[in-house]
Amino acid sequence: MTVGTDWATAWVRGTIDTVSEHRAELISLDREIGDADHGENLDRGFQAVATKLDTLTPETPADVLKMVASTLISTVGGASGPLLGTAYLKAAGSIAGKTELGSADIVALLTAARDGVVLRGKAEPGDKTMIDAWTPAVEAAAAAEAAGADVPAVLSAAADAAEKGAADTEPLVARKGRASYLGERAIGHRDPGAQSSSLILREAAIAAGEK
Amino acid sequence: MKKLINDPKNVVDESVAGFALAHADLVTLSTEPLFIARSDAPVSGKVGLVSGGGSGHEPLHAGFVGFGMLDAAVPGPVFTSPTPDPIIAATQAVDGGSGVLHIVKNYTGDVLNFETAADLAEAEGITVRTVIVDDDVAVKDSLYTAGRRGVAGTVLVEKIAGAAAERGDSLDEVATVAEKVVAQVRSMGVALTPSVVPHAGEPSFTLADDEIEIGIGIHGEPGRAKISLEPADQIVDRLLEPILEDLPFESGDDVLLFVNGMGGTPQIELYILYRRAAEVLAERGITVTRSLVGNYVTALEMQGASLTVLKLDDELTTLWDAPVQTAALRWGR
Repeated sequence: MTVGTDWATAWVRGTIDTVSEHRAELISLDREIGDADHGENLDRGFQAVATKLDTLTPETPADVLKMVASTLISTVGGASGPLLGTAYLKAAGSIAGKTELGSADIVALLTAARDGVVLRGKAEPGDKTMIDAWTPAVEAAAAAEAAGADVPAVLSAAADAAEKGAADTEPLVARKGRASYLGERAIGHRDPGAQSSSLILREAAIAAGEK
Repeated sequence: MKKLINDPKNVVDESVAGFALAHADLVTLSTEPLFIARSDAPVSGKVGLVSGGGSGHEPLHAGFVGFGMLDAAVPGPVFTSPTPDPIIAATQAVDGGSGVLHIVKNYTGDVLNFETAADLAEAEGITVRTVIVDDDVAVKDSLYTAGRRGVAGTVLVEKIAGAAAERGDSLDEVATVAEKVVAQVRSMGVALTPSVVPHAGEPSFTLADDEIEIGIGIHGEPGRAKISLEPADQIVDRLLEPILEDLPFESGDDVLLFVNGMGGTPQIELYILYRRAAEVLAERGITVTRSLVGNYVTALEMQGASLTVLKLDDELTTLWDAPVQTAALRWGR
């Protein structure tokens, strides 16, 4: 089976809701090792996405993702605006022109998104950033696709790995972003960017009808 | 927590609107997107200077917009970088045909948003150079951190680069002067109490009644250590030693000594810090030839202060002394 523009739209709608629901939790995670604004900034960005989604008539999944990219870059601020915006922009580029996406397209999309974040933020796995959710997600998606999984299963594998990756940031010392100033004091706290990325990836799986 | 605000969502917009009204002789306000520009911008033939960052550090940056300093300031939400859109708009608004210098404090969000804005402004034909300020010695500059933070030294960069632009230096020359200030300025701060971000409504970190945080950042990010409160002179020694070791500052140097308040500490205490810092510098054979004391780079209502030392030479001294006319710094004009 494949997914199309309806999936992309449902993914974004799900993300708008989940970011809003987890706003306080993300603020609280960010208060521990950052500056207590991640939930606020992300929610402001996705509420702006919600407004634009109502007037958008997308023809391809890439149209949806491109709108999300430009909206996040122009509304979120902080580091997560340019980083997540670039992720959506590169994801859109990887599937430009396609109306239906198969498992291989999904892997390409997730890989491009991850590479975009790395390009902007220059973080590596283990630096306690959103990359620690994205990289395991990309690897799990690729493995699932290679084993013949369909789109919902590929996205579920990605979301599971992202959730585990976000949880696995807890024992890490941060080497990028504001948490890097804490040194050892960042240990024991989950990275808010990895957490929000895992929420976003879970919505992609739910939108594809994961079992 | 009591604050003199209306809706927390409108804090920045309402404050900036008031600032523009109060200083209508110096600045103009753009609301969509939000930035403050010098009232005579763009100044034809002059390099434009743009800075910005999260709000909550007032008078930084809008308070330094005017003759001899910044051409535009871009305020983001409280403690959050502005997005690229207003940075691009401000860059366009102040480009007098000689290019624009972005002065950016080294925080990941500020750097990424200014970098994105510079790319897009360049694509529209404006030459942009960027100088990153990273004067905070409390943070180790290594591959394993985001690098040193940009703190109070930013004011000195903005003043001196602004004077260079005002006397007609080219973009490369202004950038070179700004980089020289960055290379020769070092800072470190201390916090006694946390700040409260209006939309969060809770302190952004906690300190016990008898505790202070040495090496605090301007958003309340922790620094080197939490210790018990000590007499002011001992705190000055703790802040000054790492600053002096780092450059290093040496006997025979002329310096500018800047004691900056974080917003909640009164001048009476800042001058106690200044007194001890000047004493230590004199003991080391370092001559304070210029000084600045006051709340210039704040962290909302945080109680605390930072010390900044800039090594001066004739060029930097001349540029520091040059006329400036902004809401927060004004002399010679």
